[in-house]
Amino acid sequence: MLKISGLNAFYDNVHALKSVDLEIKQGEIVSLIGSNGAGKTTTLSCICGLVAARSGSITYRDKDITNSPTHKIISGGIGLAPEGREVFPGLTVEENLRLGAYARRDPGGLADAYSRVYDLFPRLKERTAQAAGTLSGGEQQMLAIGRALMSGPELLLLDEPSLGLAPNLVLMIFELIREINKQGVTILLVEQNANLALYTSNRTYVLETGHVVISGESRDLLKDEGIKKAYLGQ
Amino acid sequence: MADFVQQILNGFALGLAYALVAVGYSLVFGILRLINFSHGSVYAFGAHAAFFMVGLHFGPVPAIIAAMLITGVLGVVIDRTALAPLRKKKSVSIAALVTTLGISSIIQNMLVVIFGSQRKPFPDFFNFGTLELGGVRLGSRQLVMVTVSLALLLLLLMVVNKTKVGLAMRATAQNQKAAALMGINVNNIITLTFLMGGASAAIAGGMVGGYYQIVYPSMGFMIGLKAFAASVLGGIGSLPGALVGGLLVGVIESLAALFFGSNYRDATAFIILIAVLIFRPAGLFGKKEVVKV
Repeated sequence: MLKISGLNAFYDNVHALKSVDLEIKQGEIVSLIGSNGAGKTTTLSCICGLVAARSGSITYRDKDITNSPTHKIISGGIGLAPEGREVFPGLTVEENLRLGAYARRDPGGLADAYSRVYDLFPRLKERTAQAAGTLSGGEQQMLAIGRALMSGPELLLLDEPSLGLAPNLVLMIFELIREINKQGVTILLVEQNANLALYTSNRTYVLETGHVVISGESRDLLKDEGIKKAYLGQ
Repeated sequence: MADFVQQILNGFALGLAYALVAVGYSLVFGILRLINFSHGSVYAFGAHAAFFMVGLHFGPVPAIIAAMLITGVLGVVIDRTALAPLRKKKSVSIAALVTTLGISSIIQNMLVVIFGSQRKPFPDFFNFGTLELGGVRLGSRQLVMVTVSLALLLLLLMVVNKTKVGLAMRATAQNQKAAALMGINVNNIITLTFLMGGASAAIAGGMVGGYYQIVYPSMGFMIGLKAFAASVLGGIGSLPGALVGGLLVGVIESLAALFFGSNYRDATAFIILIAVLIFRPAGLFGKKEVVKV
């Protein structure tokens, strides 16, 4: 479904991604783990056209989307719940969700999208008229994911959905991620909590300073001695 | 007493014109965090465009509508040719600010080349007579200015607050990256912003031209600065703020002219500006920006 090959990206002179290869098949949950600054967020940003790829290619459904404008990539069926949530603080919950469906052109699709998101996150339905900036961290995370779902994406990119959340909320969010996947959405999950990522995903890529160092089935990686030592604290 | 009411009325009419210009500052600042100092010249350009169209024997309404379109396009051209390349290079924000000063000078001098620097009479279109009530005179010119400005400002507020594209504008103002992630073409929103700012400046230019029956290339200088003061007073970036700020500057300067003599008229806006910056820098409707480090 999504194929990244030989991707290189820079921030000024810093070589952030070094020839990254990554592939996601329809229906999978793929996780991308690694420490701070390994290039996880940069990878997602390149997919969405927020950071320029200097070389290499990104294809989505056999279409080259490398360095396409962000709004075109989004209306092409990819959704991103960005790191730090980035909800519109001064707009209401409902307006935030409405914006998520900005690129939708199908009549009736909007109503369906609202009910799907409100079913997944009943908490948001209780707060439709509240300004997003006044929500708690967990609610903002739900809003960020819900907003990304409003466009009806086939591929959902999640950047650190567990960041800054209480442990019980983290488990709840990850349960919902599996639920969204069961609804037919393919998911690329970026996560610092390697344990959680490995248990949730089918396959995992491990990034270190811009390189993919290991990749494979998540359940195999859970047993890998190197991974255990470096990422699982065992 | 009659004088007092008269000045409030005059100030109200003029203040709405300030508000129309102030809206242009606020729209652009809201989206780009840039004070567009070319806006006063864009206003003068709008007045001249209306003057030119009137010269071609269009009626006043088609002339002003045509001027709106041409001036809106000028706003877009300014952005696309001068400001967009700076954004693309991610240059420091002062570069864009200085660029708008340069553009201002280019437009003004272009008007001098085309129309000459002298003051040119603008036909007295909006004069259908004067209503007199207990010593207070309400001219039809003022009435037209008030009605048209209020209608346009309300229309603008409605577009921004009630439509889908307005929602996209508000989203872009809050977070450009997140707006792009919603599938919004941010460049189109910026273009629209300059179009709307240019068009409202042209209406103000046409109407103030009709009000004083005069246009000249440097006419945008003072009103541009006053409208800037008005938008700062209202809280730059806020449209209701631009409306209230414009009205306040218009009324206060008219009253200052009454009480302290007309020499003080032009100074008033700047006294207000200084006072706002000292006592309430965010303006009446503005929110303090929290800078996260």
